[in-house]
Amino acid sequence: MRISGCSVMVDDQAKALKFYTEVLGFQTKHNIDLGEHSWITVVSPEDPDGAVVGLEPDVHPAAKTFKAAMVEDGIPFTSFAVDDIEEEHKRLESLGVRFTQPPVDHGTVITAVLDDTCGNLIQIAQEKGQS
Amino acid sequence: MDDLYRAISDPTRRAILDELVERDGQTLFELCGRLTMKHGIGSSRQAISQHLEVLEAAGLVIAKKEGRCKFHWFDGEPLSAIAERWPAKR
Repeated sequence: MRISGCSVMVDDQAKALKFYTEVLGFQTKHNIDLGEHSWITVVSPEDPDGAVVGLEPDVHPAAKTFKAAMVEDGIPFTSFAVDDIEEEHKRLESLGVRFTQPPVDHGTVITAVLDDTCGNLIQIAQEKGQS
Repeated sequence: MDDLYRAISDPTRRAILDELVERDGQTLFELCGRLTMKHGIGSSRQAISQHLEVLEAAGLVIAKKEGRCKFHWFDGEPLSAIAERWPAKR
């Protein structure tokens, strides 16, 4: 068994695709029209054959309640790896991304948390000794 | 005043205040991360949330929602009552 990817529940798929590609810098892998919604996945340009992130509509009634509770407490839904978190934090802030937690050094890892504008918080993490 | 003394009587609550003095305006998630990694306090988020409520009741922490996130801020004002009651110099 392998991990092929994961998904985030977004409030608007078109807006999410724009944010995850144009701001975070991922590439579209699938974008298939299924009628009301689409099947959309993105990959990292650094690992185009690697794990995908699906951008799924948060249409289940429980999804919005769950997301709101997570965001209120500042809890990220998932985490992406970066080589240089200070650089990435600066780059994303200059693009208008709102961070709910600036880079914090936890010893072996430095983490920061950003708002994906689609109702989720996303953590970025740099393993120390990597860059 | 009893609320204030009770609030600062607990080492976890004092560590929360230390972390807010270091960086004001934190989410529950950030606070829990700092308490675990820097203070070795592995309490659940629910437990830390309850500590924050005690600190809020004592006026030492102010919780404010900005957008959809709740942030916590330190307010040292209630502590001045201690120094007034027992001044360092008379």
